[in-house]
Amino acid sequence: MAKGSIVAGCLAPHPPHLVYADNPEQNEPVSEGGWEQLRWGYERLRDSLKDVEYDVIVVLSPHWQTYVGTHFIGVEKCASKSVDPVFPNLFRFNYDLTIDVDLARAIHDQAKSEGMSVKMMENPDFRVDYGTIVSCHMVRPEWDKPIVSISSNRGLSYYSVEVMQEMMLELGRSTAKAIEESGKKCLLLASNSLSHRHFVTETNPPEDMSKEHITSHAMHLWDMRMIDLMRSGKSQQIINEMPEFCEQAIAESDGGALTWLLSAMDIPSQPATLHGYGTIIGTGNAIMEWPCHTWGEQ
Amino acid sequence: MMSGEIVKSLIVPAHPHPVLCPEKNEGWQNIRDAYDEARRQIEESDADLIIIYSTLWPSVIGHQIQADPNPEWVMVDADFHDLGSIHYSLRIDTDFAHAWNKANISRGLESRTVAYDGFPVDVGSVVALELLNPDNRIPAVICSTNVYSNRSETTVLAKACMDVVKSQGKKAVAVSVMSLSNRMFTEPIEPHEDRIHSLKDDEWNRKILEFLSEGRLEDIGQLSRTIHNQIRVKKVVAFKPMWWLSAMNDNRNDLTGEVLAYEPIHGAGAAVVVLNPESNGTGDKEYDEDDVEFYGGDRDVLDSKGDEPAIQVSNSGPALYDPVEGKNAVNTNKAPKPVGAYPHARREGDLIYLSGVGPRQPGDNSIPGGPIKDKNGNPLDYDIKAQTRAVVENISRILEEAGSSLDKVIDVTSFLVDMDRDFSGYNEVWAETLGKIGPTRTTLAIRALPTPIAVEMKVIAKA
Ligand SMILES: [Fe+2]
Repeated sequence: MAKGSIVAGCLAPHPPHLVYADNPEQNEPVSEGGWEQLRWGYERLRDSLKDVEYDVIVVLSPHWQTYVGTHFIGVEKCASKSVDPVFPNLFRFNYDLTIDVDLARAIHDQAKSEGMSVKMMENPDFRVDYGTIVSCHMVRPEWDKPIVSISSNRGLSYYSVEVMQEMMLELGRSTAKAIEESGKKCLLLASNSLSHRHFVTETNPPEDMSKEHITSHAMHLWDMRMIDLMRSGKSQQIINEMPEFCEQAIAESDGGALTWLLSAMDIPSQPATLHGYGTIIGTGNAIMEWPCHTWGEQ
Repeated sequence: MMSGEIVKSLIVPAHPHPVLCPEKNEGWQNIRDAYDEARRQIEESDADLIIIYSTLWPSVIGHQIQADPNPEWVMVDADFHDLGSIHYSLRIDTDFAHAWNKANISRGLESRTVAYDGFPVDVGSVVALELLNPDNRIPAVICSTNVYSNRSETTVLAKACMDVVKSQGKKAVAVSVMSLSNRMFTEPIEPHEDRIHSLKDDEWNRKILEFLSEGRLEDIGQLSRTIHNQIRVKKVVAFKPMWWLSAMNDNRNDLTGEVLAYEPIHGAGAAVVVLNPESNGTGDKEYDEDDVEFYGGDRDVLDSKGDEPAIQVSNSGPALYDPVEGKNAVNTNKAPKPVGAYPHARREGDLIYLSGVGPRQPGDNSIPGGPIKDKNGNPLDYDIKAQTRAVVENISRILEEAGSSLDKVIDVTSFLVDMDRDFSGYNEVWAETLGKIGPTRTTLAIRALPTPIAVEMKVIAKA
């Protein structure tokens, strides 16, 4: 069997506003558009991945928050309605997706053998979190690839950004190893925003772009700094600066997704491509792609 | 007039163990038994509404209030999915939900109702309602926790809720769904291994429960930030539910409290506490923070502007009088003392006429936003918005003493000593407060007021 590989890693933020603005048939609410910079950014990402072959999407979302270790969905068929508890007015999405339980279990087992606290989620009534659904939908609206859904272990809440990162670095290495041994080609998604300070009011309609901007200059500076580090392949520096970034920009990467992604790609020194940046009710969102499949034998 | 009230307050834990597997651990069974006892106590009371403030439903755009008459779905816990699923079918008092939403907005809060098929009611609310109200005999209302809300916003949320409890004449049970210490074990454990995560958490939990058993709810509210720093992992900002619950009880410290159970659930501190409104006959409240009536925005958290000017006391005003106790007079020690021989208000038929109300504070006679001049008559910088806000709060207190409320104001005459400087600030606070209620208004510039204040209002309201 050929070795499995990561064909690409993406920073794929999950604000439900993007699905809302795209008006797909699975989502009930209807909008007049909005957030085009980001939606067209996702379009560029989809275009960039068009000819890349892969078997599975592996996604880590900060909206499946677990406090007792890292969890993996272990139910093959997941179909239900996902309603965002924070923006239920925007996102009521009927999903019907397939989980690659074998790969999920392989990552679980590998992480466990490295001493991590992990658990398979095997309750058929479980609802997939909206972060996972939004990121997967924006990257692959056809829903024709199975996914591996990984929870966000809130290590930060219990310990510190440093400990959270240690855990996510290990989870990233375990993910890469399990993928390699599986023989599968995988697309990895870190489902998170960058700076994460929201406005606490909503415009009417929500897609009124005349009111959309970053919440503060400091947040903008942090977002641009992080994007620039990604664009110049300085992954290790991103990890080094993560504690300050999480604290000062209330960054959603506190959920560990970005660190996990960078680790799974072996802290790449290759540059990432920026497909789009925009704010959503004030939070900073970048769509980035590390095209690992072009890097040759690793 | 109908008189609503909180007949009982509860603090209950959120994790699903007492619903799904109480038999697996003696402590979880104790929590379940305590829940059952709380349910019996509710059944024996004349409660006709259960109000839930759940820390497990975070919101960003202000607060959200569940307004689906019958939310129904299957709930699976994010961590404890292996314990099973809970099918829920709840009965919501939608009239109350909409009225609370409106009251929030008129008190300056961002607020909305939600009513969507498939909305994921949070695990805390599901567990609490399953155990406290399994047959939906009493309708419920559920409110989210705003992730950014501070103490004043949370307090005003409770006051808005109480506006509706009173106006609808409800006999309500107020429920905070929460853990005490919320640090769980980060590894799976066997049921028999459960214990409070650390000795420090246990000691703090017991201290909290000692206060609550003495009915000292407001003291716990005051200690909220300290408790949060000591034993809470940062899922929500601060130990907010105690702010809410205390404000639902008029920030009292002399309730009658009973701890029905205290046990660990996967390391977190789980307690069932009942607080009854009967006074335990001991201490009065010690209320050392701003008692806010209206929420004035997010306090410039995004800007690095300093705090509002500190309250300054001025002694440069005229002598103060006790309010005159004449026929139909309405007087309260919650409003500043008059500067002449007149009452705070007078009720005539269906109307209440208020004497001119300024921003001075009852008790210390201080002026929020600072006085406009010092003892020697030298002008001082002052904050017209803080002064105007204080005027509205004083009006609200006088009206409440008269059995009325701010939303019944029908006509206002405002006096400003410096129209050019102050009109826009005054107007802004007006828009956030009385402007949302809609009385008629006349604003006049005058040369001076008897005390060193910049604004005064003359009010007529319905009884
Ligand atoms: Fe998010």
